[in-house]
Amino acid sequence: MAKIRRVCHLLLRFLAFAATLSAVVVMATSHERASFFTVSVEAKYTNAPAFKYFVIVYSVVTVYGFLVLFLPAQSLLWRLVVALDLVFTMLLVSSFSAAVAIAQVGKKGNSYAAWLPICDSVPKYCDRVTGALIAGFVAVIIYIILLLHSVHTVIDPLLLRKN
Amino acid sequence: MASENGEKLDLSFNAAPDPKPRKEWVLLSLRVISFLATSSATLVMALNKQTKNLVVATIGTTPVTIPLTAKFNHTPAFIFFVIVNAIASVYNLVVIAVDILGPQYDYKGLRLGLIAILDVMIMALAATGDGAATFMAELGRNGNSHARWEKICDKFEAYCNRGGAALVASFIGIILLLVVTVMSITKLLKLNRI
Repeated sequence: MAKIRRVCHLLLRFLAFAATLSAVVVMATSHERASFFTVSVEAKYTNAPAFKYFVIVYSVVTVYGFLVLFLPAQSLLWRLVVALDLVFTMLLVSSFSAAVAIAQVGKKGNSYAAWLPICDSVPKYCDRVTGALIAGFVAVIIYIILLLHSVHTVIDPLLLRKN
Repeated sequence: MASENGEKLDLSFNAAPDPKPRKEWVLLSLRVISFLATSSATLVMALNKQTKNLVVATIGTTPVTIPLTAKFNHTPAFIFFVIVNAIASVYNLVVIAVDILGPQYDYKGLRLGLIAILDVMIMALAATGDGAATFMAELGRNGNSHARWEKICDKFEAYCNRGGAALVASFIGIILLLVVTVMSITKLLKLNRI
């Protein structure tokens, strides 16, 4: 039973690692060239600071997720994993919402501020950013589940263990 | 006589954690400050509005001015920010009330555990609101030359400044929420070690 639990836990962490890695890769390789009235413009993820923040945070979390996969069970470092899970989940969640906010402006524009949507001129870029955001969303959900699981396992807040 | 003394000694060694623990004033005051910060962020952003007469076009020699308004509900990110901060302040208020009214609102000892878990989740929620609103405010202040999005802060300065103040208050609230979360989790750890 404990072995199955550990395998499930590791599988979940591996899924989270894969999700963050794919989000980083898809966002970083999204670029498209478009021409605006004889001026050639390139749409890249570095054009928006929110997307840069997204890539940075998700790469840090990818490295962290990779390292945690190799932590042996029953190690005392799982307490540190709870704290780091908390910090990294917060970072993940804030960078994901920032990227979604900017992507929403890019897709729908903002008529009050006279910001035109850019997705009509660079559709492939928009699609890749959407894909990266979907992978990012999966990673956020898995990390929230992992955080609750770590808190439950290490600290047992609902006092379910009977010793 | 000796057995009575023995019983008395036994009782004091087997005592469970005392039924009336000291009130944690530090935790309570941090929660109060966090409640004030998140509620002021909600209010300042929700009442953020500025109207200005701007020149839109020129017909002949007379400039055409129309009054333009900048409100918080023009942007979904700010609407989300207001909603999330409202949720965080209501949560803070409820937990402060439960803390003050004492441990009679406990259900089989679940109170501390539930508060710790909810703290974590509300803090993550507040982080989403902050992240989205920060980058939207940065877009408004600097514009984005690649997407041909003009900045709006040079025309609507008071709106931008008030939005910035709401953001700062919300950041203070979330940092204090983080400290409170860590404190409630360590409180649980200490309790479980007994």
